[in-house]
Amino acid sequence: MKEPDEQLEGHGLPRASADTGSVNRRRFLAGSASFVAWGTASFLLKTAEGGDTNDAADPTRRPGLPARPYGERSSFEAVTRASESAHSLTPLQELHGIITPSSLHFERHHNGVPTIDPVRHRLLVHGLVERPMVFTVEELKRFPSRSRLAFIECSGNSRHGWQDAGDLNVQELHGLTSVSEWTGVKLSTLLEAVGMRREATWMLAEGGDAAVLDRSVPLTDDVLDQAMVCYGQNGEALRPEQGYPLRLLLPGFEGNINVKWLRRLKLGTAPFMTRWETSKYTDLMPDGRAYQFTLVMEAKSIIIQPSGRQRIRPGFHEIRGLAWSGRGRITAAEVSVDGGRTWKAAQLQEPVLARCHTRFRFPWTWDGRPTIIQSRCADETGYVQPSRASLIRVRGRHSLYHYNGIQSWKIAEDGTVGNVHV
Amino acid sequence: MSTSKTLLLGAAVVLGLLSVPFGWTSDQRGTDYGLGRSATEPEIRPWNIDVSPSGEGLPPGRGSAEEGAIVFSAKCAKCHGRTGTEGSADVLVGGRDTLKTDKPMRTVGSYWPYATTLFDYINRAMPWDAPQSLTADEVYAVSAWLLHQNGIIAEDAVLDAQTLPSVQMPNRLGFIPDPRPDLPPP
Repeated sequence: MKEPDEQLEGHGLPRASADTGSVNRRRFLAGSASFVAWGTASFLLKTAEGGDTNDAADPTRRPGLPARPYGERSSFEAVTRASESAHSLTPLQELHGIITPSSLHFERHHNGVPTIDPVRHRLLVHGLVERPMVFTVEELKRFPSRSRLAFIECSGNSRHGWQDAGDLNVQELHGLTSVSEWTGVKLSTLLEAVGMRREATWMLAEGGDAAVLDRSVPLTDDVLDQAMVCYGQNGEALRPEQGYPLRLLLPGFEGNINVKWLRRLKLGTAPFMTRWETSKYTDLMPDGRAYQFTLVMEAKSIIIQPSGRQRIRPGFHEIRGLAWSGRGRITAAEVSVDGGRTWKAAQLQEPVLARCHTRFRFPWTWDGRPTIIQSRCADETGYVQPSRASLIRVRGRHSLYHYNGIQSWKIAEDGTVGNVHV
Repeated sequence: MSTSKTLLLGAAVVLGLLSVPFGWTSDQRGTDYGLGRSATEPEIRPWNIDVSPSGEGLPPGRGSAEEGAIVFSAKCAKCHGRTGTEGSADVLVGGRDTLKTDKPMRTVGSYWPYATTLFDYINRAMPWDAPQSLTADEVYAVSAWLLHQNGIIAEDAVLDAQTLPSVQMPNRLGFIPDPRPDLPPP
């Protein structure tokens, strides 16, 4: 492969003599610097002549950057997560497609992101098994592997929906959901390897962080079919904030149970009743009782363009949104541009995958009159995303978690878009 | 027969032959991949810290509310407040009979269904800035103090592996298994 200085030769630029690499690089950089200076002078000259503007920033007039070992996005791109100390929110309204870049995947942790040496990390599987066993990360990578796309959504996502409508955008309202391609070994493969006993019906999954976070997982047929112990995310190792080096993946289940920094699986005959599934992540109802083990994230959709705190002009807009369901595939998304009086089918964008964000699109011309736009979706079980009113009618306003009511955006006469309840 | 059909047939025959040894290998291995090793009792013990509602997993030790007041004041009050109701972290005390109201308080006394969970969580994750630094006696004592502050046990009650699981939490029957989908069809 040619070095950058060799590639430049044909362009009449200063060519370093074949020397050591470091000398070549120095000369190349010196040559680049003089070229930039020359380019600037040339630009000034041509501008003074009133001819074509030979902009010094014209990327066709100067050599580009050399290759680098680990890529970064363009210096012009500045989209970030909105972060607090214990969580950060994905800027869904700024993203394309369905995959969340690993650097923008939302975070939630309960006493910081641990630094774990993968060589020292171990996964212990014990309890109601024939053979309590310990696996290294390298050993887990040697098991038959699986990869799949799946969303992970914190059950506290969209929780502002229970309250009065604040002036919030998509990221602030719904940024606790993200999609990655996850790679790992099926949980059932590991449970076969340790000889899961027939009477085992629940499994404690525990992390190696400073919260030693633990959750009870029901060992249903669906869980055994879907669950994975993952080491890969979007083609590389898990990010530290996503559980490096190991996390549990329970596609469609609330984020908290997808235990990160996974170090222990213990099989038993009953739920372990950890703090996270009793005092937290339970849904308080108006009668004072609380739903418990509400693990599946029910279907939800949101319009991300146009959306909160954006401003649009009259004319054509492609309404863009995301829909997802923890129970399976999205089968339909509908859009209303008249505050819910009429609904029209939106086009689902391939790929449409089970327990994964699905994109939808709806062409629309805004006539400049104030209106409210909304979306709703249905999944393959026939479940239809509810209105906020019907959700609150059953669950009240104090359940904190699992809000999936229809999101409404009001478009004002001046084109500003705001979060409202209808 | 056309050339393409001949090629396809040939490919199928070759694949069929290849699949025999592959399939045989897979069947012979079954689910034993020869990966991992047996876990020893000394390496299971320090990680096996979960405490179930039956009390299984509770360590030896004991503690009273009186002793717990001293530990709480020294190690917990800076986040949870002097009485467990002030401070930046979760409110731990009070809130009884608020769950049906418009201002529900989910505290240890009003909401938590099991006293064992209290021991388990303090033991594994508290204090926030020094998790797992408390002795078993200290965890029993802080648990006792919090349960006493919530009016659930007497001040002179002593908690240990026998008495803690028998503590009756006020909201023990306050939870129902996931009934969803729970909304009428639209």
